[in-house]
Amino acid sequence: MIRSKTASKARLSLSRKKQKLVMAVLTLFAAAAAIVFLLPTVLTIANSFMSASEINANYGAVFAKNEQGGKTFISEKINLKFIPDMVSFSQYYTVLFKSPDYLLKFWNSVILVVPIVIFQLGTAALAAYAFARLKGRLKEIIFFVYIIVMLMPYQVTLVPNYLVSDWLGILNTRWAIILPGIFTPFAVFLLSKIMRRIPNSLIEAAKLDGAGELQIFMYICLPLCKSALYSVAILVFIDYWNMVEQPLILLSDTDLYPLSVFLSQINTGEIGLAFAVATIYMIPTLLMFLYGEDYLVEGIAYSGGIKG
Amino acid sequence: MQNFADFVGYRKVREGRFAVLLMKNKKKKLKKILGNDSVFPYLCLAPSLIGVLIFFIVPFIVIIYYSMVDNPINKDFVFLENYINILKNTAFRKAAMNTLTFSLISVPLAVILSMLLAMLLDCKIPFVSQFRTSFLCPMMVPVASVVLIWQVIFHYNGVLNDFLSHFGIDKIDWLKSPKGQIVILALFLWKNLGYNMILFLSALNNIPKDVIEVATLEGAGAFYKFFRIKLRYLSPTILFVTVLSLINSFKVFREVYLLTGDYPYDSLYMLQHFMNNTFRNIDYQKLSSAAILMAIVMVIIIGALFIAENKFGEDVEG
Repeated sequence: MIRSKTASKARLSLSRKKQKLVMAVLTLFAAAAAIVFLLPTVLTIANSFMSASEINANYGAVFAKNEQGGKTFISEKINLKFIPDMVSFSQYYTVLFKSPDYLLKFWNSVILVVPIVIFQLGTAALAAYAFARLKGRLKEIIFFVYIIVMLMPYQVTLVPNYLVSDWLGILNTRWAIILPGIFTPFAVFLLSKIMRRIPNSLIEAAKLDGAGELQIFMYICLPLCKSALYSVAILVFIDYWNMVEQPLILLSDTDLYPLSVFLSQINTGEIGLAFAVATIYMIPTLLMFLYGEDYLVEGIAYSGGIKG
Repeated sequence: MQNFADFVGYRKVREGRFAVLLMKNKKKKLKKILGNDSVFPYLCLAPSLIGVLIFFIVPFIVIIYYSMVDNPINKDFVFLENYINILKNTAFRKAAMNTLTFSLISVPLAVILSMLLAMLLDCKIPFVSQFRTSFLCPMMVPVASVVLIWQVIFHYNGVLNDFLSHFGIDKIDWLKSPKGQIVILALFLWKNLGYNMILFLSALNNIPKDVIEVATLEGAGAFYKFFRIKLRYLSPTILFVTVLSLINSFKVFREVYLLTGDYPYDSLYMLQHFMNNTFRNIDYQKLSSAAILMAIVMVIIIGALFIAENKFGEDVEG
């Protein structure tokens, strides 16, 4: 009896040890994965603090295309470095004060993305409220159409967008990107999922207290989805901050291009600058992420399940 | 006279009553379709709906028409000829094949790997929130910003080749070789796993604890618990992640374009490249028939996924 007890105890502690070991292995694995996920971003930021000559020396083998001549030292090998030999802000200084081109493209991005986010959120909040309150066949059909439009890739939707822009004569202007962007149904879809969760009793109670529909929308539904609105704003922002397809097709004037497209067209002589520009370009999205990660995670979690 | 007036009045009243009755009937029918008395929700819907109609639905219908006429000036009806032409087009076929292969490989991988990541974080390991942050981070980094680092890594003289040469593996130019798709696959997974993982994490959290407990008490192994219980509860999320990854797999054009430009290596020539090049000479027939073909394929794939999910997750209340 006693023996078996100690034996089972020993077995228990053994299995506990085993469990600990498994945990340690899993944690190590997760840590390794985390490093892989973070590395490219960290490297980009770290490299932005190198001086131009250091970057040329490190990456000359990749980016140089003969134009460099004998001016700078180009090593045969690539040196991927985390820590610059000497932290320098010279790249940032050049970007911010000496080459207005990049700032202009950054501004192009802002002026395209911000209106899209604001107006998409505005129209979507209203439409989501409607979808949450309405019943009946017609609403179901409209919602289904929204989902279909949402699921279509750019290769499909850009053709209609191009056609309409042509009709309206807004091709090759910012409106050609902003207007279709505003009416992309993604935000409607996500917000209506969340609005539907608002209990009907709450709305009925407000009605009994004499609130009109507008008041219900403004003072009950909107405040209840504050965090959802924020997370949708982040998701829409990052999607358009990243845009590549739309400007390539809808804008022929490269002066209007956002930085997301322009960055790849940086010429090889300015590789040093490119890292600084890249870092500047990710600052808005990274800030949003750091401030709103919990909201964002909540919003993503809500979006799960098309049927819901 | 008086009588007559009365008579007319009576008839008018009767007609009026009849009309009211008719109206009521109509209203009932309308109510069945519209569902609501109040106009306000419809007013709310209007701006968005008008926008969607103008920018997506109406032009899409026009595009269906364009895809069936020979050119926008003559407008001779040719029915499926444009579709046959586009299917015979070698550039389109190559682009479609490349995109299809990429999606077929990348979507299942994205689903499985992100589910594994979610289960890893669900194991009560320490630093979960830090890990979550770092897995989500790539999603928030603009593609354009990290393209430089990818170039440094995957270039012919790049870090990866340098690393591999220690093992005696010959240098290859990754982005200009048939292996280019592997690189793009890695970039795709890097960017999208975090988002999918969050979806799975919340789904794992929503599995009722008591079901798992009962299974554990009854001696179900981890294997059984996963395949027979968890997977069923996860099935709506699996569907969602699959559809989402499918859509995102078309967006991988961004990485390809920013890394290799308008005319990439053969294996990286995607449908979006084809569309871009067709837009350049504005061939409406080609564009519209290609777009509609793609739309049809998407609807079929997504519809099939929905049906499959319905069958699989039948007995679970999602």
